[in-house]
Amino acid sequence: MADTTTGQSLGAERTTEIQDAYMAMTRTKRMYGGIMLIVFIALMVSGFMLADSRNAGGFWDGILNIFNFPGEVLKEAGEKITLLPALMVKFFPSLVETINIAAASTLIGGLLAIVLSLLSTRGLARFPRLIGVFRRLMDILRAIPEIVVALVLIFVLGGGPVPAMIAIALHTAGALGKLFSEINENASLKPLEGLESTGATWSQRMLLGVVPQVAPNWLSYALLRFEINIRASAILGFVGSGGIGYDLKNAFSWGQGRYDEVAAIFILLFLTIVFFDQLSSHYRNKLVGKA
Amino acid sequence: MTATAETLPITDLKQSATALIGRKRLLAFATPVVIAAYFVYLFFAFDIPGLVDRARMDNAAILVADSYSYKTHVTHDNRGGGLGFAIEGENKGTYPEGMLPEFVTRTGEDAVDIALKAGESATIEGSTLRYTRPDYGTVTVAVEGRDIILDTPDGTVPDWISASGARVNITGAGGRAVVTRARTEVYRYSMGWELFWFTLDSPFYGKSFGELAGLAFSGERVVADKSNLAAMVHDFWNNAMWRHKDVIWAIFETVLMAFLGTMGAALIALPLAFLAARNFTRLMSVRFAVRRFFDFVRGVDGLIWTIILSRAFGPGPMTGALAILITDSGSFGKMFSEALENVDDKQIEGVTSTGAKPLQRYRFGVIPQVTPVFLSQILYYLESNTRSATVIGAITGGGIGLLLTQAIITQKDWEEVSYYIVLVILMVIAMDWFSGWLRGKLIGRSE
Repeated sequence: MADTTTGQSLGAERTTEIQDAYMAMTRTKRMYGGIMLIVFIALMVSGFMLADSRNAGGFWDGILNIFNFPGEVLKEAGEKITLLPALMVKFFPSLVETINIAAASTLIGGLLAIVLSLLSTRGLARFPRLIGVFRRLMDILRAIPEIVVALVLIFVLGGGPVPAMIAIALHTAGALGKLFSEINENASLKPLEGLESTGATWSQRMLLGVVPQVAPNWLSYALLRFEINIRASAILGFVGSGGIGYDLKNAFSWGQGRYDEVAAIFILLFLTIVFFDQLSSHYRNKLVGKA
Repeated sequence: MTATAETLPITDLKQSATALIGRKRLLAFATPVVIAAYFVYLFFAFDIPGLVDRARMDNAAILVADSYSYKTHVTHDNRGGGLGFAIEGENKGTYPEGMLPEFVTRTGEDAVDIALKAGESATIEGSTLRYTRPDYGTVTVAVEGRDIILDTPDGTVPDWISASGARVNITGAGGRAVVTRARTEVYRYSMGWELFWFTLDSPFYGKSFGELAGLAFSGERVVADKSNLAAMVHDFWNNAMWRHKDVIWAIFETVLMAFLGTMGAALIALPLAFLAARNFTRLMSVRFAVRRFFDFVRGVDGLIWTIILSRAFGPGPMTGALAILITDSGSFGKMFSEALENVDDKQIEGVTSTGAKPLQRYRFGVIPQVTPVFLSQILYYLESNTRSATVIGAITGGGIGLLLTQAIITQKDWEEVSYYIVLVILMVIAMDWFSGWLRGKLIGRSE
């Protein structure tokens, strides 16, 4: 009898102990969460104030004027609405150039990425010792912002689409290379062994053994990248290298009187981005077989 | 009868298999052909043959040479007389009175000996320049009144000298000289980034690392009313040639843009994502409206938002942050709502069975499920936005992007361009590392 009571009280003690420990843990968790929240809010607020003070126009003035420029553009476009279709036809070749830059850089970058990814995947690499070298190479390609390469190449090669294409292609090679090598890691090595037994060379093994396994996933990532690259190629054009971005910059810096052109380019860009967005997500769903 | 019934499907199968293989074979050959045809089209569309003509390889050479070396100008004013010594010929790099570069020896009032590289040397005596190459001899260029007289040992002009009535260029292996009526200039190239630590007017210029360390710990003050270390930091921080202060601020502004933009976008997208998710908002019309809003914000590209915002807010980090914020709130909204649609209902049911109210159901049933997904996406975007902020800074005029475009436009400060490039790459790598570290801390390593 005495034994059971001590047992019961022991059990109750144990429960309260657990309860206390749990409450203590929750409290510390809440405290940490609270501290992190406070730190985060402090960072956001101080960052906001700092950015506001270092900006030419203040935030609160700007927010009131935010619709001025779109308003002017819309007004002028509205007045010259009959000219818009003709302008859109006029800028269509530049749009094609922007899309070409994106497509070419995705293709070139993708092909480079395939080689780099195969060379840097364990089990597939041609030179297993150099895996680290190729991985670092991809890291560096990814880290260099496109604009840096583009601006330097514009100095050497002059304007036009080629600097932008090379810049985006290099970045694409790094970004896709990493994703591709993650896919490659899941590829089965059995077909490779089979091919090796027949005396296939490394490139034959990769082409016949790996590519058929991973091609749909590669393509799906490449399509996503293509979509990103269209945006990038428009932006690089604005900074000084061919395509519709360059036209936009010219029309924009001309100011009032050319806002109909700005509007036409805005519309073209918007439609293009939405179109390729839809297209690529449609094919991506098809490729990776999403139900 | 039965035999034909059995063979028919087999021939069918065989036929379809052959057709499939045929299609695949066609595809395997057609794809490279199509790609090759596209490249041929691009070759002409992008005017690659013309590009070969337009490419300025001399520019490339300047760029490469400038990024690891600098030149010191020794200038004689042929009209008013007087000698000047300046690094890169810039005001900020001019040697103060009484200070000479170590390869120059003054031999008279208006005369110096200049030791160049590769055994070459030059002498300036008034308006007369003597340039000596060890395997050739001495070339004399004299400016007399309106004439420039070139005198070579054998009377002919070698191909490393270009001479006209108004200008003589000498391009040696260890230096260069340019003589015009107005001035005689000798350039000497040296390795490294000039004046990177201290400019010429700083008392610490030209001291080795050991000497500097010694000074830092010695009690003797080089600059009055400041400790040596503080004076060094001050002189480095306010270096007029490299503007370390401005550059570090620019890098910081760029990171600030990425941080404010990404976090702000996440804060805006979070509540909207609930409105766009099928399992949280029963009203079709609300869902549709919010989703179209996301699509619109994403479709109007970051470039257009940047332009619109730079009109309203002017150049600076706030504009860039807002441009990132608007563009990414669309992307975050889409991704967050997809993640919310994929939450497991069982956990919510479990929380409901304990009698939780709707808000508690979200807090304990939904948030713990989606937090890791959201956080990893936010951190991924934070890293990638550091790169975007560089480009946006170049468009709106803020951060390191602005400094980079400015330095490139001058087309001569390539050592600064390479400095900025190195810093940008370090910044991106650091942000990559930081977001990976934070992801590991907050949601644990997944792989």
